[in-house]
Amino acid sequence: MKPTGAVEVINLQKIYGAGDEAVHALESCSCEIPAGQFVALVGPSGCGKSTLLNMMAGFDRPTQGEIRLDGEILVSPSIQTRPNSDRVVVFQNGALFPWKTVIENIAYGPTVQRKLKPLEALDQAHAILKNVGGMERIANSFPGQISSGMQRRVEILRALINQPKILLLDEPFRAMDTVSKSGMHQHLLDIHQRFQTSVFLITHDLGEAILLADTVFVMTTRPGTIKLKIDVELPRPRNKEMTLTEEFTTLQKQAIAAVHEEARKAFERGEKELA
Amino acid sequence: MFVGISLSVALWYGLVNWTPFLAFNRLPDPISVMMEWISRDPDYGLSIFTTDYYLHIAYSTYRATVAFALALALGVPLGIMMGWKATFHAYAGALLDFLRPIPPLAWVPIAILILPGDEPAVIFVTFLVAFFATTLNTLLGVRSIDPDLIRASECLGATARDILRDIVIPGALPSIFTGLQIAMGAAWFSLVAGEMIAAQYGLGFMILESYNLVQYPTIVIMMATLGIVGYASSALIRYVGKKMIRWREQSLGGLSGDMPS
Amino acid sequence: MDEKTSNALNWRGLMAISAFFLAWYLACAIELPGFAEMADPIQVMRMFVSEYVGEANYWISWVTSFQRVLYGFLLAQLVGIPLGLLFGTSQKFKDMFFPVFELLRPIPPLAWVPMSILFWPTNEMSIIFITFIGAFFIIVINVFDGVRDIKKEHLWLALSLGASRKEVFVRIMLPSVIPSIAVGMTLGIAITWDVVIAAEMIASDSGLGRLTWEGYVSSTPEVLVIGMISIGLAGYLSTKVVHIIERRLMPWRRG
Repeated sequence: MKPTGAVEVINLQKIYGAGDEAVHALESCSCEIPAGQFVALVGPSGCGKSTLLNMMAGFDRPTQGEIRLDGEILVSPSIQTRPNSDRVVVFQNGALFPWKTVIENIAYGPTVQRKLKPLEALDQAHAILKNVGGMERIANSFPGQISSGMQRRVEILRALINQPKILLLDEPFRAMDTVSKSGMHQHLLDIHQRFQTSVFLITHDLGEAILLADTVFVMTTRPGTIKLKIDVELPRPRNKEMTLTEEFTTLQKQAIAAVHEEARKAFERGEKELA
Repeated sequence: MFVGISLSVALWYGLVNWTPFLAFNRLPDPISVMMEWISRDPDYGLSIFTTDYYLHIAYSTYRATVAFALALALGVPLGIMMGWKATFHAYAGALLDFLRPIPPLAWVPIAILILPGDEPAVIFVTFLVAFFATTLNTLLGVRSIDPDLIRASECLGATARDILRDIVIPGALPSIFTGLQIAMGAAWFSLVAGEMIAAQYGLGFMILESYNLVQYPTIVIMMATLGIVGYASSALIRYVGKKMIRWREQSLGGLSGDMPS
Repeated sequence: MDEKTSNALNWRGLMAISAFFLAWYLACAIELPGFAEMADPIQVMRMFVSEYVGEANYWISWVTSFQRVLYGFLLAQLVGIPLGLLFGTSQKFKDMFFPVFELLRPIPPLAWVPMSILFWPTNEMSIIFITFIGAFFIIVINVFDGVRDIKKEHLWLALSLGASRKEVFVRIMLPSVIPSIAVGMTLGIAITWDVVIAAEMIASDSGLGRLTWEGYVSSTPEVLVIGMISIGLAGYLSTKVVHIIERRLMPWRRG
């Protein structure tokens, strides 16, 4: 089967508002996510990373340029493909439904799309929770009762069960402590290894980006455009120990230099976070 | 806590019987109220052993329940619509803001004029207050839903109807129940006023009537009964709310959804 | 959900309100059941302009009602805020007297009318007492909640920096409670108006509530409506005043 989930971002421009109040979020922004690859996007706060992700997900459309998924236009100034389970988002602050149990959350996609009968969906959810998550015991807990690390993992499972073409992760581990984060990294690496889904990860954490991704794009401050593309040639399957190697450190230095320059510019301008 | 209560009751008794102020002396004292309340043959005809007592309770409760049920049936859907669709809010919001400042009692004369009979008028006025409270709180509840939840459900393939059923309503439920508690309290408030002005039977009516008939202990009995019934109805709503919102109760550090009404 | 909502009066809102007036007018014109004796908006306007705007008595009613609201409301704040603070700071006091408070709270303010009339020497005082009851319970609860919500860390910090108990109270506790006081006032003013009007209808011979009631009793529906609208307006104005006070007290709450 031909691998799917290849995304092309072509000359994207996004301007909010008009006249003096206009905010130039993105300008001539281009990058690509080959099918089945893990791509990370890093950059200073407020540079437009989330704007790009939102457009990929179908929550917004560009003022100019287009985004294609497997050759078909996803969004353009005149087209906005509605959000669907081809591109599922995992949100920064978590978006599990608090009033549904873990298992109900995971089963939500297939159930609501009428792809499976409710009981079948629950069965599948149990399977994925057990086999991929290894967290069978929390199946009937509510999101409020489990730790944030587990919540994130459940949210990823909730996305994966729909067999999306691409997984969109919007700084999902931002609020987590180092230990939990490190567990999440391994988990994400395992999942990517297993399912070969395309992944687009937005993060502040450069080490995280290099450890997880095949390619790291560095974005400039507003108006955001891609400044640097770093190919991460570390072998897969990856693990935490690789962060100590010389190759890793070199890549990291490269990324840090690029991002710092942009961060300094943003700081001087007193940028506020874009939504 | 009984110390405080006994002290207060003692103070009440003392003030009524032992102080030289006519103002206090005119009031009924706790003993006579209590004796009357639990007497099998009350001087003024109302105690826990007389059927009339329960008749008045029934009338008031019936009116409050009908008004409340109407407010719930109309207010929740309206609040959801207003929170959900901005255009709807633009129309309805202005109208509600325009009518809301008018105190419930001010509606009584008009209600009596337009509606057939006093009974519907009293229920209408009670309904109105509960309605505004319910609508407002439902609206706030819908607005307070984390937009990421909606976006997440869209990614997962939910249609507008799914979102309404799976996200909006459960999400707004805590606020809705807070609103219902407030609505209940407000309902009793207007009901009493409405009964005083325009009803036969009922606790509010009896309060004024006892005053007119110089049956003072009965006044206090009715007041106390009102307090009890009012409290019980709010407690009932809180209880139902807790049952329906299990997920909050069980969460780490969950809130209990109680609100001062 | 769209983010385009705003509370400013927009054309849609105006349309809705105009539709309301139109429906009212038509209901009277075609004599819908119940509306046969009702006055339509134009009749109301006419009577208002000719017999009320210039009439001193009308404006005196405004003043009378406003006075009652003011006294009752202020009294409730003066007694209620300290009481709420007391409940929040002294566990002993709270254990002793909060149950009494909670037992009295569910009793609707108007149920106090006869007791109030019996007790107070003048009618005016009994009305103000009822008004007081209306706002009193609300402000106490809100202040009490406000005190409970104060982060212990703030208090400990102050104490560890060498503040005396009195200083902690004045400089940390009081300012922290101001938002709750504001909420209590906003809720309280609405209730206060409701209560004043009700009390006036039941037990008084002056004020806007009385005016409205007289319209009913004398079968002049125009007066009824004039009374209602005046009351609504007065209530709206009071709420605006409380808002201004709120803004002054909390300048940091912009948007």
